[in-house]
Amino acid sequence: MTLWQRLGVGLATAAVAGAAAWFFIPAWLGPPRSEPVQVALPAGITLGGPFSLIDETGARVTNETFRGRFMLIYFGFTYCPDVCPTELAKMAAALDLLGDAAEEVVPILITVDPERDTPAALAQYTDLFHPRLIGLTGTEAEIAAAARAYRAYYAKVRTGQAPDEYTMDHSAFIYLMGRRGEFVALFNPETTPEQMAEAMRRAISASPRVSKMQPQGGRT
Amino acid sequence: MITRRFVFGAVAVLALTPLALAAQDKVEIVEPWARAALAGRNSAAYMTIVNHTGEKDELISAATPVARVVELHTHMMEGGVMRMRPVQAIEVNVGEPAVLRPGGLHVMLINLTRDLKAGETIPLTLRFRNAGERTIEVPVQAAGAMGPAGHGHGHGHGHGHGHGHGPRN
Repeated sequence: MTLWQRLGVGLATAAVAGAAAWFFIPAWLGPPRSEPVQVALPAGITLGGPFSLIDETGARVTNETFRGRFMLIYFGFTYCPDVCPTELAKMAAALDLLGDAAEEVVPILITVDPERDTPAALAQYTDLFHPRLIGLTGTEAEIAAAARAYRAYYAKVRTGQAPDEYTMDHSAFIYLMGRRGEFVALFNPETTPEQMAEAMRRAISASPRVSKMQPQGGRT
Repeated sequence: MITRRFVFGAVAVLALTPLALAAQDKVEIVEPWARAALAGRNSAAYMTIVNHTGEKDELISAATPVARVVELHTHMMEGGVMRMRPVQAIEVNVGEPAVLRPGGLHVMLINLTRDLKAGETIPLTLRFRNAGERTIEVPVQAAGAMGPAGHGHGHGHGHGHGHGHGPRN
């Protein structure tokens, strides 16, 4: 199958499932076993794009809010007991390893569970991991649009009869985006904080801050 | 009373593995820990279970007063997608410790009745098919901790220091 056929199959599957899924970053984009540092994207594939979401304070934010700084983005949810804390802790540890340069990076959790993850819930949750970690939520449509731009997969899985008895399957990638919102690097669950910090350090030194682009809002 | 047999046995287990230091004829829970989390949300407890009984056993359920529901879970990583699913039981074979750790098998504490804070301990009752019930005290680490106190890439924000190893029961 060609790449595009495979993407087509992915889309069809998502449509059939009726889930809020889009074609996502599947296994065949995975890194070779020996190099867990970064996931290489095939030629012609890119990640990221405009988003419009609500931050922990209830304020509307977009990709432009963070322009001038790097974004370190993870898609997860606050009811996630195991994988999300692991990945968010890795992000936090990587930022700590960066030292002062971490100021150039905005760590962001975009929820895939907007139904339960209100701005207040995200505020409480993100504080558990890093003081600067920002939680973003939105309407189902806004979250779906953001996930589509980043090819993040998510789907609700019922675990019981009650309306709130469900968990979310979701892709567990971490995205490093550049000062203009462009894709820089993709990390998978095998990437260590040290590797992530090194990739960020390289990206930051390759893209020094433009003085006119002093970060404005979005900082919590 | 220290018998010759005891000494011989102690030397033998020492030689095998340091985890077996507290070895007795039972199921041993080594370095249990859980992650700090918020009331109404979920947490996970991790541990290594060593089977000294000489026969295969399995962890079939768990309970704690701090969570309304407790389930045994695992994670399957499929093409970068994490799928968390319940498991019926966690096998604990002789000579093959069951390792519950982030990203894999875990005891999921669902719908917490209160905040779990780093530095405290919570009771957790484990029910084994053969070994019966065991209640242990589980130290709570920071939400972003990656292992029991003093291990791994634990992340320090709000981390309660001062714990040595978890209780060895």
